[in-house]
Amino acid sequence: MNLSLGPLLYYWSREDTFAFYEAATDWPVARVYLGETVCSRRHVLRLPDWLELAEKLAAAGKDVVLSTQTLIESESDLKVLRKIVRDGRFLVEANEWGAVRLLSEAKAPFVAGPTLNVYNPETLDVLASLGARRWLPPVEVSRTALAALMAHAPAAMETEVFAYGKLPLAYSARCFTARHYNLPKDDCQFRCLDHPDGLPLATREGKPFLTINGIQTQSAGVYNLIDEVASMRDMGIDCLRLSPQSRHMERVVRAFDAALAGETNAMASLVKVMPGPSVDGYWHGRAGLEQDAAQHA
Amino acid sequence: MPLELICPAGSLMALKAAVDHGADAVYMGFRDNTNARAFPGLNFDETQAAEGLRYAHDRGRRVLLALNTYPPSDTWLRWTGAVDRAAKLGMDAVILADAGLMRYAVKHHPQLRLHLSVQGSATSYEAVNFYREHFGVQRAVLPRVLSLPQVENVVKNTEVEIELFGFGGLCVMVEGRCLLSSYCTGESPNSAGVCSPAKSVQWKETSTGLESRLNGVLLDRYGKDEKAGYPTLCKGRFEVSGETYYALEEPTSLNTLDLLPEMLKMGIAAIKIEGRQRSPAYVTQVTKVWRAAIDAVKKNAAGFTPAPAWMAELNKLSEGQSHTLGAYHRPWK
Repeated sequence: MNLSLGPLLYYWSREDTFAFYEAATDWPVARVYLGETVCSRRHVLRLPDWLELAEKLAAAGKDVVLSTQTLIESESDLKVLRKIVRDGRFLVEANEWGAVRLLSEAKAPFVAGPTLNVYNPETLDVLASLGARRWLPPVEVSRTALAALMAHAPAAMETEVFAYGKLPLAYSARCFTARHYNLPKDDCQFRCLDHPDGLPLATREGKPFLTINGIQTQSAGVYNLIDEVASMRDMGIDCLRLSPQSRHMERVVRAFDAALAGETNAMASLVKVMPGPSVDGYWHGRAGLEQDAAQHA
Repeated sequence: MPLELICPAGSLMALKAAVDHGADAVYMGFRDNTNARAFPGLNFDETQAAEGLRYAHDRGRRVLLALNTYPPSDTWLRWTGAVDRAAKLGMDAVILADAGLMRYAVKHHPQLRLHLSVQGSATSYEAVNFYREHFGVQRAVLPRVLSLPQVENVVKNTEVEIELFGFGGLCVMVEGRCLLSSYCTGESPNSAGVCSPAKSVQWKETSTGLESRLNGVLLDRYGKDEKAGYPTLCKGRFEVSGETYYALEEPTSLNTLDLLPEMLKMGIAAIKIEGRQRSPAYVTQVTKVWRAAIDAVKKNAAGFTPAPAWMAELNKLSEGQSHTLGAYHRPWK
């Protein structure tokens, strides 16, 4: 079992993005997912920049995957998608079924991303027949449901699980960051740049609930399965995805690396660097925002 | 035939109301979590479904069956069983979201017509054409996130008939890609067929107003003069940077009557009315208005304007007594 760095879900400045991936070359992650998956208006890095980063990370020994946009709306979104598929140098993560179509036409192996909604082995088998080599379940899938699916997964299919970070929960045509600033989406003035870990949304009694990230809505809680590492290994999960955050990401990666090496108190080193309260309800088949009390009593 | 009117049937009464008042087709679900309106007391058992089919077919209308949740591994057979029953009953189409289930349907019931559910989250012609090529899908329902020019671009680049939501509850998120409900309650449309389920809702009168909670999470608090709506998670009021407002979406309904001429012109196959959870009386009123509107636009598209009486009638039925053109209209985005 190894670690991957998931696609950057936020919008950071060009310098910060490059610095982040420069640092990541030294982190104990086997695999790095690159590219803009949330909003087509985000442009401080364009595809050639992502490809340049991809080359650098590959040269540093990382297994690089290019992630595609989750919500495709326009012909220009499709143009970018086709360029990613045509490039051919790197494995691609398909995050909607249009990408699956293009990748299978190109006979390119691919990663079936978490928004393809694979809830059963039949659908995973459809994807395997089209070229999927690795897949991620939707983030809401529980340990029990995942085990039931993996028991009948196609041969040689690698399973990766979203194991750390604020959970991507929803996508909209509407930009909630622009809405917050009373700006139209088409003239959003790129306010996402001001919120490197998203814009916190709380209930009217001040309890953190969600995180606004442009057209994406995330949890306020940080999904954290670090205490489940041993059991995930036993299940035959191949890779744990860690979702980038703006600060202390190296400490997150190293805590998970320690957990992989058998450290049983890795959670303690994470608590101080998490950008929100720890949650793991989904893994235990409950509401996502819950935290297994037994783990943290 | 363009602009068919597809109406919701949560019960036999609602089905008859829709058929009697001009629906070209109705859509229904079986009485379990194989469909995205798995509410208590709603939907059809096999006998009722057969009666509904007979009623509609006798009057030259069609019945579509929504099987649009994602089957989990351990109860897969419930979904394939539902496909088998749909074929046996003679459903005019099944509305599916899951690719594995589509493959099953094609293999075992090649004559069964397949529609891609809005829960399939297909927003581009590449995605729509994927389902066409692999499963012979004949119609796709698009999520309520595209602008009309974007919809037109899909229509121009696929043979698949395109169906759009015309009226009713407005999902502000891409359908099939929204887990907000399970984050809060453990149950989402994808996996449980429900959003913000009623069993998780709590209402409480407090000194600061009427509170609505979902699994304990405060979704809104209403002042004396405010009308409280059903606590759908994305339509609550929340705090962002010290401001309290409808941070995601106002409690409003989608109403696209104004856009009918454009939809007709671009070749939209069907208009879907949301609301299998609504009453037969609601279905009657909405079906009447939309039947009249579609007939009018087909007769004279250039001279079409929605009658004030139609709009008034629909606004009365709308959530929050207000409506929006949603994403079809660019500024909304």
